[in-house]
Amino acid sequence: MGTFTLYMQYIVNGITLGAIYSLIALGYTMVYGILKFINFAHGDVLMVGAFVGLLVYEALAGAAEPGMWTIFCFFIAMVISMAFCAFLGMFIERVAYKPLRNANRLAPLLSAIGVSFILSNGAAWIFGTTSRRFPYPFENEPIHIGGVTITPHQILVIIVSVAMMVLLAFFVNKTRMGKAMRATSLDQPTSMLMGINVNRVISLTFAIGSALAAVGGMLAAFDFRVYPSMGTMTGLKAFVAAVIGGIGNIQGAMIGGVLLGILEAVGAPLLHIPNGMRDTVAFAVLIIILLVKPDGILGKNEREKV
Amino acid sequence: MLNFFQLILIYAGVYAIMAIGQNCITGYTGMLSLCHAGFFCVGSYATAIICKVLGFSFWLSLPVAAIISGVIGFLIGVPTLRLKGDYLCIATLGLGEIIRNVATNLNPVGISQIPRVELFGYVFMSRNKWAFIILIWAFVLIFYLLFQRLLHSRIGRAMTAVREDEVAAASNGIDVTKYKIVSFVLGAAVGGIAGCFQTAYTLTVSPASYTFMVSVMVLCTVVLGGMGNGKAVILGAVIIQFISYFPQLTGLTNVIPAQAKQMIFGLILVVMMVWRPQGILGRDKFRYGCEKKRLFGKKKEGAV
Repeated sequence: MGTFTLYMQYIVNGITLGAIYSLIALGYTMVYGILKFINFAHGDVLMVGAFVGLLVYEALAGAAEPGMWTIFCFFIAMVISMAFCAFLGMFIERVAYKPLRNANRLAPLLSAIGVSFILSNGAAWIFGTTSRRFPYPFENEPIHIGGVTITPHQILVIIVSVAMMVLLAFFVNKTRMGKAMRATSLDQPTSMLMGINVNRVISLTFAIGSALAAVGGMLAAFDFRVYPSMGTMTGLKAFVAAVIGGIGNIQGAMIGGVLLGILEAVGAPLLHIPNGMRDTVAFAVLIIILLVKPDGILGKNEREKV
Repeated sequence: MLNFFQLILIYAGVYAIMAIGQNCITGYTGMLSLCHAGFFCVGSYATAIICKVLGFSFWLSLPVAAIISGVIGFLIGVPTLRLKGDYLCIATLGLGEIIRNVATNLNPVGISQIPRVELFGYVFMSRNKWAFIILIWAFVLIFYLLFQRLLHSRIGRAMTAVREDEVAAASNGIDVTKYKIVSFVLGAAVGGIAGCFQTAYTLTVSPASYTFMVSVMVLCTVVLGGMGNGKAVILGAVIIQFISYFPQLTGLTNVIPAQAKQMIFGLILVVMMVWRPQGILGRDKFRYGCEKKRLFGKKKEGAV
């Protein structure tokens, strides 16, 4: 295998990984856009999504042979998991963040860390700490294109992520509620005066972000397995992706995720970093972005410096 | 039973030192740092390497740990603290994981059989817990007094001003970034020193014990006691350690799941933020030069 095909392979792997990061990053960026705070619990909502998806899938598909039925089960599990996480997200917002909307900057952050801790340890209590494999709903026979190998699960990841992002873009840009969401993110008091129900918009933002995280969690489960602390590192990287694209910017999160995925997949072999220290790449990228262009690629150039 | 109380006191002391550092960052200056586990790890390894590998005294490892942690804090603080917003907490969350990651990769089994601490010929044996309690709480007292002085100094007043309102502080000529970095570096250094004491007691270091949970525990300690209040933070450390050793203390380890205490910590953070953000004891009101006056005022009122 030549160097070129090898790197093409890394890029393909990076894009799949990045698509997952993008889905999760969308939740961070949407919440940040409206409430200006980092929702730490987002990574753990992803974990809950993966667990719910896994449980529903196992209950439905059982030991069935991979085929049309299992693929159908997978999508049913995805819808249920999305609905569950959407409600979970709204519930968290109502209980832990809403009372703190007018408190100082630190309060919602601390509260979010608390929620994240409750979720991840609650999951460890209920499901145990051993990691579980998410069974493939189809024969995972790799497809070879040139020298590059693509597995069906990678194709699934890309198709589902693209579909979700198109849906989201349509919702935000074309619908009435999406318009309300953009208005709230621009100027909350004014949109309130214009008759927008800001509380509803915020609830909806959490619901959509959490539903996307559930999808991201289920897709990530193929690569990373399912375990209670899976959300921490994946969530952190997704946040880095959101910062790369410009936090608060929806297109930015999509681009940032894919870019981070590629950087991570290509960077580690390029710099001869052992696989165990791959996570360091994402972190180094964050520091560099913060130093060079803190607003991210698509961020507006209004540096909030004090 | 007494044994567990002694253990709680020792760990409460270690966490109190860490919490004093975290309090400097979170309570004084109002920044959220999530990598005290990382600084703790750096301090522990500094002691382990200096005592075991290089063969120097434990007391040398204290300044070394403080300096290394401080430098790491500086390096992470400079890019992130220049910016407004909460980049620091995500960068420190990453840093904590990275430090543990690096430690696990370089030294997966940890270091054990570290030489004991010696002071004027007296050797601190692990079974003589009262000696450790005195040693650690003496340092808690030293750091408490130091940081109390700091709070009432020019630097401390500047930090408080930054916490209350960055724009107003900047317009009064306070270099916001500088004081944020100073606060963060000091907090980091103290976190490193806490790691030294942990190693001095356990005499082993293992990279698996510096998880995110430690950072959250320290944060919880500060939030529970009261952000910005030195005494409250130490009280918080005792309560948190009591909660975390409660199953062993009551012999209910089989009944209470291991995750229960972590869930309680999470709950503490949420509940405290929603109902009592100032902590149990509340914030130490800024009393520069007016405490005595108020006392006198009361006396006069009584006399008249």
